[in-house]
Amino acid sequence: MEKQELICIMCPRSCRLTVSGSDGSLAVEGNMCPRGHEYALSEAVHPMRILTGIMRVEGIKEPLSIKTTKMIPKELLLRAMDEIHKVKAKAPVKAGDIIISDILGTGADVVATKSIK
Amino acid sequence: MNITKETDLLIIGGGAAGMSTAVSAYENGIRDILILERNNSLGGVLRQCIHNGFGLHRFKEDLTGVEFAQRYIDKIKEYKIPYMLECFVIDLSDDKVVTCVNPSEGLMKIKAKAIILAMGCRERTRNNILIPGVRGAGILTAGTAQRYLNLEGYIPGRSVVIVGSGDIGLIMARQFVLEGVEVKAVVEIMPYSGGLPRNMKQCIEDFGIPVYYNSSVTKISGRERVNSVEVCRLDENRRPIPETAMKIDCDTVMISAGLIPENELTEQAGIEMSSSTKGAAVDECNMTSVPGIFSCGNVLHVHDLVDFVAEEAEETAEYAASYILGNMDVSYSGTIEVLNGEGAGPVVPCRINRNIRAESANLMFRPRNKYRDAVITVKLGSRILAEQKSIALTPGEMCRISVAGDKLSGAAGPLVVSVTGTINN
Repeated sequence: MEKQELICIMCPRSCRLTVSGSDGSLAVEGNMCPRGHEYALSEAVHPMRILTGIMRVEGIKEPLSIKTTKMIPKELLLRAMDEIHKVKAKAPVKAGDIIISDILGTGADVVATKSIK
Repeated sequence: MNITKETDLLIIGGGAAGMSTAVSAYENGIRDILILERNNSLGGVLRQCIHNGFGLHRFKEDLTGVEFAQRYIDKIKEYKIPYMLECFVIDLSDDKVVTCVNPSEGLMKIKAKAIILAMGCRERTRNNILIPGVRGAGILTAGTAQRYLNLEGYIPGRSVVIVGSGDIGLIMARQFVLEGVEVKAVVEIMPYSGGLPRNMKQCIEDFGIPVYYNSSVTKISGRERVNSVEVCRLDENRRPIPETAMKIDCDTVMISAGLIPENELTEQAGIEMSSSTKGAAVDECNMTSVPGIFSCGNVLHVHDLVDFVAEEAEETAEYAASYILGNMDVSYSGTIEVLNGEGAGPVVPCRINRNIRAESANLMFRPRNKYRDAVITVKLGSRILAEQKSIALTPGEMCRISVAGDKLSGAAGPLVVSVTGTINN
């Protein structure tokens, strides 16, 4: 694999990373923390993202904000949103409540990030 | 009208800056605190920031904006810090009297021992950036779109062109795509993005959204509703090149062209403004020209991260607390001016007391260009007081450099911050 330049998205510091080497022995440079190292390795092989969004709540206009509890494969973001659009949350909801568990078999749950009474 | 209420610390604004100053002032021994917030809940813009990336510095956790705000709201409730909602401040005077109004108590005049200005900022609108064309429906700022979508539950359009590449616009581009809205283009007048590199990556590149740099929307068309925009490339003098005009069909134009600190009250009080930062002229304690009135957060200067707003606000509240408790040395033996030299934008703070009251002075500014292999230096005359190397800098990211207090003590001015490196626009 040739040298890949990446911008770390793990935190807003936006470290400039380079990944070089071949499968199995990839070297990462430019990271300021272990999360950057991990990100570069995963981004070079299989990009993953946290999904955040909103969904409808039955009978209430104000949407519920949600997130995945861990990163899911980047190519599944739109499909995961389709799944989220298919359901409506039921009030009351508390921040942290699981709305959809193990979305698309990723092992990540979709949880509420705010409370709605 | 007589004074209706007195308090030790009055905080104007209940967003990230206001809430963090309140919590920090309480933790520094101040009990008589009042927060004034014009909205119907605390939290400010964080309430509509449903995306993650907040709190990594402050809480060492990856939170959404909504969750970040809740941490502070919970603390304010735990400490029983009073706040007044739907309260609009209409006047601030230099004797630290605030005139405000709310629906339940009407007009009030509140006198405080110290005041923290934490009013935040508002967005530049179409009128601020002068886009010619129709005034049909479908033209709105990124923050308004975010509010419609995340708090009110409306999708503001079906196909969007984004003007400017500020962070809120980039975040909204991604959310639009996830909600099934087509994002046609991001049009940026500068040769680089105004937002954080990570947002360009995860919001724009991830979804293959075209970005036109050195370009401008030169016309908005449509009758009752926007139906297209015209985009032109700009020449080196930033004038549109007519031959490059291209039409993009869309029903919505979303503006994400920067933020304007809301300093109307600051100016009303006759507080000295900095001609370079356009915010209040503050010292190393974020105290303004009026002793006992402090400024912090986005009203002082626009930050990239709420974590840094919170950090700045907490420090400011410590100084405000020591001012209230009579522990702050308010005598002046003159100030050291802080200037921006080559490659650096306006610096906050713009002055440091010669008898510096802090362990170190944290200087914050934006570079003027994108740089590679950059060096930031802080000089006093020909003497280098601080130096910091960086692989890459961009105007989308605030730079911070710290100068040890003992190096400044007794120094005459001015302090000059500059950036050198390979320009990489």
